[in-house]
Amino acid sequence: MSDTNLKRVIIEPVTRVEGHGKVSILLDEQNQVKQARLHIVEFRGFERFIQGRPYWEVPVLVQRLCGICPVSHHLAAAKAMDLIVGADQLTPTAEKIRRLMHYGQMFQSHALHFFHLCSPDLLFGFDADPAIRNVIGVAAKFPDLAVQGVMMRKYGQEIIKATAGKKIHGTGAIPGGVNKNLSIEERDALLKDIDQMVEWSRGAVKIAKDYTMDNIEDVKPFGSFDSSHLSLIREDGAMDLYHGNLRAIDKDGNKIFDQVDYQKYTDYLAEEVRDWSYMKFPFIKSIGPENGWYRVGPLSRVNTCDFIDTPEAEAERKEFMALTDDKPNNITLAYHWTRMIEVLHSIEKIKELLNDSDLQGTDLVVTGERREEAVGLIEAPRGTLFHHYKVNKNDQVEMANLIVSTTNNNEPMNRAVQKVAQDHLSGVEITEGLLNRIEVAIRAYDPCLSCATHALGKMPLSVSLYDHDGNVIDKKFKQ
Amino acid sequence: MTSDRLTVLLIGYGNPGRLDDGLGPAVAEAIESLKLPGVTVEANYQLNVEDAEQLAGYDMVIFADASVNALEPFSFYRIKPKAEVSFTTHSIEPESVLGLAHDLFEAKTTGYILAIRGYAFNEFGQQLSARAKENLNAAVNFFKDAAGNGNFFDFNK
Repeated sequence: MSDTNLKRVIIEPVTRVEGHGKVSILLDEQNQVKQARLHIVEFRGFERFIQGRPYWEVPVLVQRLCGICPVSHHLAAAKAMDLIVGADQLTPTAEKIRRLMHYGQMFQSHALHFFHLCSPDLLFGFDADPAIRNVIGVAAKFPDLAVQGVMMRKYGQEIIKATAGKKIHGTGAIPGGVNKNLSIEERDALLKDIDQMVEWSRGAVKIAKDYTMDNIEDVKPFGSFDSSHLSLIREDGAMDLYHGNLRAIDKDGNKIFDQVDYQKYTDYLAEEVRDWSYMKFPFIKSIGPENGWYRVGPLSRVNTCDFIDTPEAEAERKEFMALTDDKPNNITLAYHWTRMIEVLHSIEKIKELLNDSDLQGTDLVVTGERREEAVGLIEAPRGTLFHHYKVNKNDQVEMANLIVSTTNNNEPMNRAVQKVAQDHLSGVEITEGLLNRIEVAIRAYDPCLSCATHALGKMPLSVSLYDHDGNVIDKKFKQ
Repeated sequence: MTSDRLTVLLIGYGNPGRLDDGLGPAVAEAIESLKLPGVTVEANYQLNVEDAEQLAGYDMVIFADASVNALEPFSFYRIKPKAEVSFTTHSIEPESVLGLAHDLFEAKTTGYILAIRGYAFNEFGQQLSARAKENLNAAVNFFKDAAGNGNFFDFNK
């Protein structure tokens, strides 16, 4: 039977419950940008969903928050539950297996973002025809790069599968440790391609760096502004994506706080609710809600750390920081360069771990004195991720509070949109150029709107332009 | 065309923590348990670019997903590869995965969507609604029959 006999059914959306990234731009009486805001439609209820659940289910349940970074939620929850079961120090095997899982997640997430979302903008330019400026366009003109992106993503996913057990409902991290080690066969399969992955990672850093330096006059002001930065930091000041203490620095690099035990994060950070957005606005308490906002993610992590403990990534960090005379780099588009420095760091770490025989150890779980409240933090690909739980004597979760990476970047994303709107709005219509630039500015943060909003699915961007009386005078969509 | 000559990859995707959005993984689980010859099954939260590399090794790929407005109990139809740019790294459309497979991996794979009608999406929960379960069963039976006689193309719903 030929395909023409099939009945055509238009079904939309075929996939998920839909959410939106919505931008509104308000003009003043002179048609200048008065205010620009990024609104995200939130789906509430996840914290309530896990209330009453036994604590040992939580590291698996929280993966349902988001199909893109389930590993980050899995590990942040597991770190909190380690403390609930009194496991203050994991066995070397458990910690290294988790780190391998985490670096695999970081590697695949950053590679996906760079090669398949960011690279079309960099390779073709912001004003290129959207019909070309996409991953299919990259595949046509730069097929080797597009294949690299797919294979790097696949490699990271294979690490996750080997350490978490499976792609969906991974169970690798459990309260107090892990439930499996890495077999010799799994290790050797991953080592087979490691040198290729290192080579491709070097190339990715070069693309991001060359683009930034070749276009520095345009890149510098694009959606950029001074800001504070926050991340986990190791005790010796090294970048540590899995564990450490909190450090916050201001725009000049002065420490706002340093080596703060994240169990006490509520002493240092708070969240503000604004009536126009479902997503909260975190801020540093000592500075206050108006100016206490900060950025998180790759740019912030490279800015806050004193050094990176893998040689090639450290050499790249030094080169990056030299651009701003070792002061914090506040260029929004520099997120891309730092994201690729982290790709290189992650693959260096993965290689180091795969050659560590502790991964084949059999001492997997520890326990200690039971606690009723704990916080788990991790540097997820998009930034610092907070999981905070209270567990009652019946082992049930009584309270959960999650601050996801994209929520931490809420105010910065709004500022980036405002800056781009002010710099690029011409007249009283939303041009393709403006739409592209708003998209590029938001994309620099790699927002994970589904977990920030607890909604799933394709996130079209809509941009609305309002006159000074609040009437919509133009509206455009970006699929 | 017979089933032993046709290699089929079924990718069931969706979030099992979001009620009927779990129909994709549920159909994957049910079909995997049938151990049908020539049929490989994958389950994931969402589609992504690496699926392009995998599906290139098959004659046919079926993207199985929940739908908010498919015909009841399900729809099955062919898709064509297409170019698409996504706004975030959230997900990639089946047509785009197929497009990547064709462009990057020289795939000749034909693509289909198995869209199973769901009803409850807007809460967290791990159970399917009663009507979604009925639709799931119908979809599994359809797939079993089609795989048995190797004739997915006869279905004209």
